[in-house]
Amino acid sequence: MNILTNPNKLRGFEKHIKVENVSRRSILKTLGLAGGFVLAAPVMIRPSFAYETGAGKMPHGVVVDPRVFVSIAPDGIVTIVAHRSEMGTGVRTSLPLIVAEELEADWSRVRVQQAHGDEVKFGNQDTDGSRSTRHYLIPMRQIGASARTMLEQAAAKRWGVPASEVKAVRHEVVHSASGRKLGFGELAADAAKESVPSIEGLKLKNPKDFRYLGKGEIGMVDLHDITTGAARYGADVRLPGMKYAVIARPPVTGGKLVSFDGAEALKVSGVEKVMEVKGWPWPSKFQPLGGVAVIARNTGAAIKGCNALKVTWDDGANAKYDSVAYRAELEAAARKPGLVVRKEGDAETALKSADKVIVGEYYLPHFAHVSMEPPVAVANVKGDKAEIWAPVQSPGGTREDVAKTLGIPEENVTVNVTLLGGGFGRKSKCDFALEAALLSKELGVPVKVQWTREDDVRHDFLHTVSVERIEAGLDKNGKVIAWRHRSVAPSIASTFAAGTVHQAPFELGMGLIDNPFEIANLQCENPEAAAHTRIGWFRSVSNIPRAFAVQSMVAEIAQATNRDPKDMLLELIGSPRIVNLSSVKDPWNYGEPYDSYPIDTARLRKVVELVADKGGWGRSVPKGHGLGIAVHRSFVSYIATIVEVAVDDKGKLTVPRVDTAIDCGTYVNPERIQSQIEGAAIMGLSLAKYGEVTFKDGKVQQGNFDDHPVIRIDEAPAVTNVYIVPPPSPDTPPSGVGEPGVPPFAPALINAIFAATGKRIRAMPIGKQLEA
Amino acid sequence: MVKLKINGQEQNWDGDPDLPLLWFIRDEIGLTGTKFGCGQALCGSCTVIMDKQAVRACVTSVSDASGREVTTIEGLHPAGDHPVQKAWRQLNVPQCGYCQAGQIMQAAALLMDNPKPSHDQIREAMSGNICRCGCYQRIENAVHLASTGV
Repeated sequence: MNILTNPNKLRGFEKHIKVENVSRRSILKTLGLAGGFVLAAPVMIRPSFAYETGAGKMPHGVVVDPRVFVSIAPDGIVTIVAHRSEMGTGVRTSLPLIVAEELEADWSRVRVQQAHGDEVKFGNQDTDGSRSTRHYLIPMRQIGASARTMLEQAAAKRWGVPASEVKAVRHEVVHSASGRKLGFGELAADAAKESVPSIEGLKLKNPKDFRYLGKGEIGMVDLHDITTGAARYGADVRLPGMKYAVIARPPVTGGKLVSFDGAEALKVSGVEKVMEVKGWPWPSKFQPLGGVAVIARNTGAAIKGCNALKVTWDDGANAKYDSVAYRAELEAAARKPGLVVRKEGDAETALKSADKVIVGEYYLPHFAHVSMEPPVAVANVKGDKAEIWAPVQSPGGTREDVAKTLGIPEENVTVNVTLLGGGFGRKSKCDFALEAALLSKELGVPVKVQWTREDDVRHDFLHTVSVERIEAGLDKNGKVIAWRHRSVAPSIASTFAAGTVHQAPFELGMGLIDNPFEIANLQCENPEAAAHTRIGWFRSVSNIPRAFAVQSMVAEIAQATNRDPKDMLLELIGSPRIVNLSSVKDPWNYGEPYDSYPIDTARLRKVVELVADKGGWGRSVPKGHGLGIAVHRSFVSYIATIVEVAVDDKGKLTVPRVDTAIDCGTYVNPERIQSQIEGAAIMGLSLAKYGEVTFKDGKVQQGNFDDHPVIRIDEAPAVTNVYIVPPPSPDTPPSGVGEPGVPPFAPALINAIFAATGKRIRAMPIGKQLEA
Repeated sequence: MVKLKINGQEQNWDGDPDLPLLWFIRDEIGLTGTKFGCGQALCGSCTVIMDKQAVRACVTSVSDASGREVTTIEGLHPAGDHPVQKAWRQLNVPQCGYCQAGQIMQAAALLMDNPKPSHDQIREAMSGNICRCGCYQRIENAVHLASTGV
C-alpha cells in the first residue's frame, strides 16, 4: 500500500511567485528569449526557520509533499524519491537521507528511487550550481517530518490515544505509556488516509537527536553496484531492437553540412545506414549541431563507419577563430576601459595618485569538461510519444527541449535519469539527448547516440577564455588604496543570444563584483568580448579565472611590499563585516537572498586562519618546495587552500600536500564533502597544469587524453587534508560544496610555485613554463 | 568465427574480427560494467583481465582474444567480494563511479602479479587509469588496504 494517493494535488501552499532566478537552463527565460516568465510551483513558507533560500525562484520551485517523495510498503520498506541527478557528489543518497532522518526511518530499510524528469510533480530538478543541499535541506526535512506525522496520527487513531502521546522511533511508532508499538509497514495503509499536515505546524527533530545528518557514516546507495559493474549509466541502457549511432559534427562551431559520401562507411561490417542529422543555426542553445550519423549494430562499427565518411562542410562565420590571436584581442580589450559594473570611491584618481601601482594580467584558456562518460543518450520515439534514457543534470529541461524539438506535448515525453559518469556542467546541456530523439524518430526504432572522446573535446560547451587584469594602487605605507579589476571573456549568454559581448550578472557575480576586499576605491569593469564557439558552465564557472587573478594579485602585492601572503590576504579582507554591495546594480549572489547568504568577511577570515593553523602555514619546507595560500567565496561557501609544491631542477612539479578549510554552513554528509574537496584539488591541478583547449582555423586542436591530458594518480597530490568548519548554529543556511573547492586551488598552487622558484605564472596552463 | 571465453562462458563472434573487444562485451553480449572512456588505451576505463593480464578492451580486437579467457568486472567475484571490491567500499572510493570498474580490474591484476605493492608501485601500476572526479588518494589507499587484508 502506497501512501501516495494524489501526488498532483498540492495542499497548503498558496503562494505563487514568478521565475526570476538563473538556473543553468532558465537563462533563456532570464534573457527574455522564451516569451516571458513561467509560473513556479507553489513555494513553501518556513516561518520557523531563520533563513530563506532562492529555491522557490528556480523554475517550478519546490514541492513539499510527502506523497510525492515517500512511499511505504506493507513490509515496511520505505521508498524515497531522489529528484536530483547523481554525478558523484552523493546527492542521490544525501537528499533521501535527510527525509529518512526526519521520518525516523531505519536507513537499512530505505530504498531510493530515481525521479524521472517532471518538475511540476517534483519541483526543480536542475542539478547544478551546487544547490541541492542548499535548496533542499529544509524541504526534505519537512517532507520527512510530514510523513512521520501522518504515521503517528494513524497509530494514535488505531490505539484511540492523543497523537501527542505517540512518537515515531526507528521505523515504528511507539506509545510509551502502554508499551504498544506498530511498524511503519503496518501503519502505511492508514497513514495514507491521513491528511497531509500543514508545514507551519510540523515539528522538526532537534539536530542533537540526528542519527544520520552531519555524521558521514552512510555510504552512497550506489556504492556496491559501482564496485561490481552493476551501476547503470547512460551508456549502459539497452533496449530490444536498439541501433547504435555515432555522429560526425561540423568541425567549426556554426558550420553546416554541404554534402557527404557514405559509400565507404556502408562497407564497414555492421554499419546499416548513413543519414543526415538536423542542426540548428548558431548560436544554437542546447540544440544539436547537426551532421552525419552512422547507424550500426554496435558502437564499434558505428565509430569505424564514421571514420570512413567523406564529408564536405561549410565552416561558417567562426572559421577564423584562432586562440593565439584571440588572446591578443582579449589583452587589448583589458587594457582599455570597459563597462563599469561596480564602483566605490574613485579608483581612477586613486591609481593616478598612488605611490606604487602593481599590474597583473592573468590569462585562462578554454577548458573541456571531459567527464569520464562522454555524452550518450538513448531515445525511443513512437508517433507522438518519446522516452529518453540519459545522464542529464537537467531532467526537466531535457523533457522541455525534447518536446520542443520533436514538436510533441511535454506530457508525452518521459525522461529517465541514469547515473551520470561525471557531469561538471557538461550534462546540463542536453544536445546529445536531442540527437538521439531526432534519430529515433526518423528510424522508428530505439537509438543510442554515443559521443567519442574526440567528439566530446571538439564539440563541448567549453569553459570561457579570459583575461583578468588587475591594477592595485598602494600608498607610501604599502596600503592598498585602489583596485581596478577588468574581466574580459565571452559570455555563456552568447550560446543563447547572437551579438552578446558582455558577461551576464551571474558571471560577473562569480568573483568580480562580489570582491570582499576592504578597499576605499574599488572599480570592476567588463570590456566587450564576442564568442566564436559554444561557451557553457564548467564546474565553478567564472570563479576559476577570478580566483586565479585576485588571489595571485594578493601574493604579488605581498611580494612587492615584503609581507607574508597570508597576512596580506587578511589585511585586504579587512575587518569582520557584512560586505555592502549597494553600489552593484545586480549582485546576483548565486540566486540567494543576501539576508540569508551575505558576504561575511568574518567567515572568510576564519577559513584562512583555520587552514593556516591546521595546514602549518609558515612551516619550513625542503629546498625546491614552497607554500601558497588562496581563499575564495563561491556558491555562497567559503574555502581556503594551502598547497605545498615541489619543483625540481628540471622544472618538474609535484604536490606533496594540500590543506583545505571549507565553511559550507549546515551540512549533511561530511564524508562526501571531504571527497568533493579531494576531487577539487585533483581537478584544480589538472586545469592548472594542463587544462587548455585551443582553436586554429576555427577547429579545436585537441581530441583525446594524449593531447588533452588530465592528472593521473602518479601526479596527484600525495595527501589532501580537509577541515570542515562546524556550523555556528543549526539555523546556519547550508551552502555549496560541489563546485567551490576548485577556484582557490590554482592560485594557491601558483603562489606556492612562486615561493619555491621565484617564477610568477600569469597564464594557464603551467605546461612547460617551469622548464624554461 | 572467433571463439573466446568471457567470465567462464564460451562466446562466438562471426562479425568483424577487428571489432574492439570492448564493443563485443558491451553491445553484443550486454556486459555493460566495462566502460568506454577514450577508445585509444589512454584512460583505462575499459580494463579487463585477459589470461591474468590487465588489457584495454578498446584496443584489443575480438580476434586478439581468440581462445583466451577474459574476465570483466562482472566476473571478478561471484558476490562482488574480491578484496579490491571490498576495500573500495570500505574506503568509499568512488564519486561518479564510471571509471571504477576499470580501476578495480587494474588493481586486481596488479595484486595477482604483486600481492604486496609499495605505494610507488601502486601509483605506477594505476597511472594508466584516469579518474576525472579525482578519487586517486582513496584509490591508492584502497589498493594498499586490499593488499594487506580487508
